[in-house]
Amino acid sequence: MNYRAIQAIYLFEMARTWRTLLQSIVSPVVSTSLYFVVFGAAIGSRITEVEGVSYGTFIVPGLVMLSVLTQSISNASFGIYFPKFAGTIYEILSAPISYFEIVIGYVGAAATKSIILGLIILATAGLFVPLHIQHPVWMLTFLVLTAVTFSLFGFIIGIWADGFEKLQMIPMLVVTPLTFLGGSFYSVNMLPSGWRTLTLFNPVVYLISGFRWSFYEIADVSVGLSLGMTAGFLIACMVIVAWIFRTGYRLKN
Amino acid sequence: MSPIISVSNLSKTYGSGFKALKGINLDINRGEIFALLGPNGAGKTTLISIICGIANPSEGRISIGGRDIIRDYRAARSMIGLVPQELHTDAFESVWATVSFSRGLFGKPKNPAHIEKVLRDLSLWDKKDNKIITLSGGMKRRVMIAKALSHEPQILFLDEPTAGVDVELRKGMWEVVRTLQASGVTIILTTHYIEEAEEMADRIGVINKGEIILIEDKATLMQKLGKKQLTLQLQHKLDAIPPALAAYNLELSDDGHAVTYDYDTKGDRTGITSLLNDLRNAGIRISDLDTKQSSLEDIFVSIVRAP
Ligand SMILES: Nc1ncnc2c1ncn2[C@@H]1O[C@H](COP(=O)(O)OP(=O)(O)O)[C@@H](O)[C@H]1O
Ligand SMILES: [Mg+2]
Repeated sequence: MNYRAIQAIYLFEMARTWRTLLQSIVSPVVSTSLYFVVFGAAIGSRITEVEGVSYGTFIVPGLVMLSVLTQSISNASFGIYFPKFAGTIYEILSAPISYFEIVIGYVGAAATKSIILGLIILATAGLFVPLHIQHPVWMLTFLVLTAVTFSLFGFIIGIWADGFEKLQMIPMLVVTPLTFLGGSFYSVNMLPSGWRTLTLFNPVVYLISGFRWSFYEIADVSVGLSLGMTAGFLIACMVIVAWIFRTGYRLKN
Repeated sequence: MSPIISVSNLSKTYGSGFKALKGINLDINRGEIFALLGPNGAGKTTLISIICGIANPSEGRISIGGRDIIRDYRAARSMIGLVPQELHTDAFESVWATVSFSRGLFGKPKNPAHIEKVLRDLSLWDKKDNKIITLSGGMKRRVMIAKALSHEPQILFLDEPTAGVDVELRKGMWEVVRTLQASGVTIILTTHYIEEAEEMADRIGVINKGEIILIEDKATLMQKLGKKQLTLQLQHKLDAIPPALAAYNLELSDDGHAVTYDYDTKGDRTGITSLLNDLRNAGIRISDLDTKQSSLEDIFVSIVRAP
């Protein structure tokens, strides 16, 4: 293993994060606070409780997931798209470094950043509502698993994209709707049964459900299923990344 | 001594179906400066990109220091420093950070003293804390050289290093290249500036339309392929070349006091003896003569233009 190369990529990417600290951290924190004001205060005053938890408290895991998901994708996709765009990728491709190491460097940095962000949002949420986490270890497991999985997904998007529009297209057209419809702000059980069945095809439902379970032990689907689906998606992403590197897709002529 | 780079039977067909390289065979000797000379689109960058791992070969094999570039890519690539043709640099990193990054990427432990030396040699030391985006094009080019040298490569590729670079910087660059060669680094540079190859290289390979059409020591090349020019100073002014001498394609100077004659040193006969005879028969007297080796540029043009 070329550990120094992994370290170099990781630290390079983290340096980028610190440089853009304001937009990386502040804007998600502000938007989360807004969600609290709008959903927590305004709607929460009408829906007082969901499955025995106050509405404001109920939406916390979904809000954290929302940010972690979107940030993982945008961090990782931008992280690899930019060198491609600027041409500096030549150096990565010509270095004595394996594909696996490249992925660890980029995806590791993107995931780290979104995990830190998730924790900051959690702390922000703590300012609005009292937090209690029943299974902190599982909470972290889901957080890390989600961050890594969606950073990998973002990495794939970053390699696939050959323009800035494409870079934004998938997150905007696919991921954000899936996240909003994935039970961030409601329990799937509150939906009419037809919608409910449809919702179960949304992979994000499983992430949020599992994550919420680690907080309050309430879940839309069983935790095992949540974990299985997340792991399944992770493996799917890894297979695609392996294929990308084996064929040089969009990286090498 | 075995070559440090060995390319055999290398072909490259791009996704578009375009065949950019056709059965390239090329050995680079340890410690030499090799110039790959060819017009735009000849395949120079493609060849370098494949050797360095940026593009995939379609056919053939390449080994670096005996290590296959695909099977043993780590060992092969760690010997190479690459300065690509295009200016690709980060924007917001400092010079120091980007050069240190390159060293890390190649798996070398930190060595601030070496980075400092590289930056000083390239006159970048006083810019080490500057963001790259604030540097001029020439400085960015030097930053890319510094990145390539950061990990102490045994082989340095310079793809059109002086394209768009001012004379001052070009000289500085050649100095660096010579120092590197003195320290044992093998250097491969591509260029379509002939003076560059002529000035720098120990050996020259000419590539055209994806084929290497010639590889030769520079001196031998000059000799073997050189056209020469004979200039004859005349005792008396001449108004026109007499028709009897038309076959020699002589050129009369503006002042009418000299004629020049192009001949091929490779040819069976240079025609000089008969020219001198015919001149005497025409009553033209010669006061002085000299011959000149044509520049590599002429050689290059004659090779590349040949059908
Ligand atoms: N990615 C590519 N896809 C298709 N054709 C390419 C690609 N890159 C280069 N070529 C073609 O291959 C030929 C050789 O290009 P290149 O190696 O860049 O030449 P040089 O460096 O000698 O100017 C050119 O005709 C160029 O148009
Ligand atoms: Mg080129």
